[in-house]
Amino acid sequence: MAVLKKEFHIHKNDFFRAGEASISIKNLLKALGIRPQIIRRVAICGYEGEMNVVMHGGDGKIIVEICPESILLLITDNGSGIPDIPLAMTKGYSTATEKYREMGFGAGMGLPNMKKNADSFAIDSVVGEGTNVRMGFSLTSKKE
Amino acid sequence: MKNRQGKPSVEELARELGLEIVAGEKGSGRLIEDGYCGDLLSDVMGNAPPGCIWITIQGHQNIVAVALLREMAAIVIAGGFTPDNDTVLRADQEGIPLLRWPGSSYELAGKLHAIGIKGEDPDKGK
Repeated sequence: MAVLKKEFHIHKNDFFRAGEASISIKNLLKALGIRPQIIRRVAICGYEGEMNVVMHGGDGKIIVEICPESILLLITDNGSGIPDIPLAMTKGYSTATEKYREMGFGAGMGLPNMKKNADSFAIDSVVGEGTNVRMGFSLTSKKE
Repeated sequence: MKNRQGKPSVEELARELGLEIVAGEKGSGRLIEDGYCGDLLSDVMGNAPPGCIWITIQGHQNIVAVALLREMAAIVIAGGFTPDNDTVLRADQEGIPLLRWPGSSYELAGKLHAIGIKGEDPDKGK
């Protein structure tokens, strides 16, 4: 059961606001006194997820649920979806456009970084409908 | 140039090395604890240490979000690149010092290392 739940909207191609949801979540966790190692991992996952939605996902949202023993991040969008999830999870694989690559995105590190930094990770996607990513973080995790 | 804690502030460093502060001046008293170089945002997001000065050639607005999320001290745009207007606006809004350096990232990193900003990332090798 979530003690606190917040929702933030993410808009396609909105690079000006991209990252703001993750910054708000980071500040919230900080105010709650969550350990910096956990905040760092949540911030990495939130940022990568937000950038994925901005670049590939159409419109979407990021929901954070703070529970007594864990934090849940849910990133959901109504974009084009991912046809081959294992391929999308491969380090270095990216479908980012040339323009995004010039901006320093599209290294094919986003989804693998999210999986690496979360304590639990699940992704499902339907082509033409969108993608959901769920990540859990244990508040007692020793993971750095 | 160093204060009692042995770490330079952004302002002190800018003066010492001739870096131009283009935005976010209200954060120029922040202390520089560490350094990082990178133009690939996933790499910087995953590995840049808190309190660092980040050297990059990227000038678009998203670099400010990365700097805030990683709790950086400042951003330096190297290689003579110019920040976008939106980047300047966001850096001013957030009080993240945004500096410019006409030379290469490598050259500036060398200068920072020489004055004791060693960039020893505790996450190195992970």
